[in-house]
Amino acid sequence: MALAKITSITGPAVTVPGNDIDTDRIIPARFMKCVTFDGLGEYLFYDVRKDADGNDGSHPLNDERFKSATVLLSGANFGCGSSREHAPQAIQKYGFRGVVAESFAEIFFGNCTTLGIPCAVATRADIAKVTAAIEADPTVEVTIDLGDQVVRFGSESIPAEIRGSARDALINGRWDAIAELHEGVPQVRSVSAGLAYMAT
Amino acid sequence: MAKSLFEKVWDTHTVRTLANGQTQLLIGTHLIHEVTSPQAFGMLRDLNLPVLMPTRTFATVDHIVPTDQFVEPYADPLAQAMMDELRKNCADNNVTFFDRESGKQGIVHIVGPEQGITQPGTTIACGDSHTSTHGAFGAIAFGIGTTQIRDVLATQTMALGKLKVRRIEVNGELHPGVYAKDVILHVIAQLGVSGGTGYAYEFAGTLFESFSMEQRMTVCNMSIEGGARVGYVNPDQTTVDYLQGRPYSPTGSDWDAVAERWLGFASDVDCSYDDVVVIDAADIAPSVTWGINPGQGITIDQSIPDPATATSEDEKTSILEALEYMKLTPGAPIKGTPINVAFLGSCTNGRLSDFREVAKFIAGRKVAAGVKAIAVPGSQIVAAQCEKEGIDKVLLAAGFEWRAAGCSMCLAMNPDKLIGDQLCASSSNRNFKGRQGSTTGRTVLMSPLMVAAAAVTGHVADAREVFEVGEPVLA
Repeated sequence: MALAKITSITGPAVTVPGNDIDTDRIIPARFMKCVTFDGLGEYLFYDVRKDADGNDGSHPLNDERFKSATVLLSGANFGCGSSREHAPQAIQKYGFRGVVAESFAEIFFGNCTTLGIPCAVATRADIAKVTAAIEADPTVEVTIDLGDQVVRFGSESIPAEIRGSARDALINGRWDAIAELHEGVPQVRSVSAGLAYMAT
Repeated sequence: MAKSLFEKVWDTHTVRTLANGQTQLLIGTHLIHEVTSPQAFGMLRDLNLPVLMPTRTFATVDHIVPTDQFVEPYADPLAQAMMDELRKNCADNNVTFFDRESGKQGIVHIVGPEQGITQPGTTIACGDSHTSTHGAFGAIAFGIGTTQIRDVLATQTMALGKLKVRRIEVNGELHPGVYAKDVILHVIAQLGVSGGTGYAYEFAGTLFESFSMEQRMTVCNMSIEGGARVGYVNPDQTTVDYLQGRPYSPTGSDWDAVAERWLGFASDVDCSYDDVVVIDAADIAPSVTWGINPGQGITIDQSIPDPATATSEDEKTSILEALEYMKLTPGAPIKGTPINVAFLGSCTNGRLSDFREVAKFIAGRKVAAGVKAIAVPGSQIVAAQCEKEGIDKVLLAAGFEWRAAGCSMCLAMNPDKLIGDQLCASSSNRNFKGRQGSTTGRTVLMSPLMVAAAAVTGHVADAREVFEVGEPVLA
């Protein structure tokens, strides 16, 4: 099955500010008691988005102006902590298709790429420009352009880097590596046969 | 050419270069548990692919198991469903499962080493970020997501970009009352929670050479809290001795040849590193966290940071956010902060030596009134050994609850949770908001003996003052 070539993502955006937003915050552990990823979207940022009674509190995702956002903006070291794929799954199932942040934690970045979610890195000052633009007009369409490595909004744009191999994988429709990995199985067998601990 | 251990293991496990430039890396050993694997088996079924090498995947159950209920069905039907799903997936695919009936169940990062599955010079992957623990043996061990679990099940490989290597050299000896946990908290406080992004951490120097395997595991375990996906210690005689005779260790007469092969994976003395950090072990003191990430740590004698003295706007914001959540007073000593719960356990500090050390000092003391204290062995084998040595009796007499093996209150996916804004002195690895099961619960990370000190005094305390830990040896 051919994968989509993800060359750009366009849509309204929302900023969830802060550094070191960890995967427990993105999806609290208790919502991982499941055997499928279905329905995880409603638990995205649950504990900071909802009050003790499950009612909406003050959080950017609860802001009516940003309800249709498909691009998520945030700070440094976004997605740190656990390796749980439930975090990018929740982001994707909520409706986000791309993330722009100052930096990303490594495992999270890889998990996003494998799901076809581009993670673009931009400076804080530049992200603030996008935030200002969407605050002024929440209907502004924000585009993550993987080819040109920029984020466009209105008539403006900012540089936004997507790390080499991830960008290539997304643009060329090979972000899910399973088919290519599977083609290599004959070589996998020969490499493993040469390793003492695997040759049992 | 001289190579680091990371490069040697990477090179021997490289299958080929993929079209996007990443490496198809052979994952020799795959560990799975109930939380992140069911969806991966579902994806395999959708793709109609079998498990390529079933003997190279090992399973156990840890995150959701109740520590006070052994008989199934569990009170929580969701937990039972995950248990059933793992059991079925293992049976259907001929994967070895260390189930609770086996007597070998436990936290996946404790089970692998104690079974001898974790070996030097190997690659290991597991759908859990604390997989870095296995690096203590000179393995390159990656925490992975569920889609990558699928990739490993189906192809015994995954697509990865090569990491840089930072050597963190700690030389000298620790003062009495300072533990492996303090070393890694110190490293994270120095280099930051994202300082290790893109790196494998090589923990080297005379301190780590003198460390037991269990101490090395504590350090490697928290590499990811410093942003490094991989952490390792070069294998040496300590590693070889630990592994000899374990169920999955190599057998046969030529143990010397096995040892020689393993030791050969150690970094060459003249290899180059992308970065080197040197730390004096004598500079490390008992450490505790005060905030909402593991980098927000101070030594027990220090005061809670004051946003007014922050050196940047960023730092100020993060201090304010942390203090608001933690309900702590800026500038006040951390020592004396009242606690409600004491938690001993986790893949960081749930091993035999952790419980032995606590038992040695807590014997004859009592948990303070109003403090709930639980001790959760990291595996059934750790539990059995503790019980054989009478450690469970010592802890019970002190007022700790002695529970069954699992992850428990480290991430509270089982019934062990904080209530409301309880503050927990915890030997675990993460102090994120809500981490221990209450959306307003508070975590202070520390070594097991510091947890014991907090438990008996009812507040964050210096274990060196609470127990007779011994005077520092002055040179």
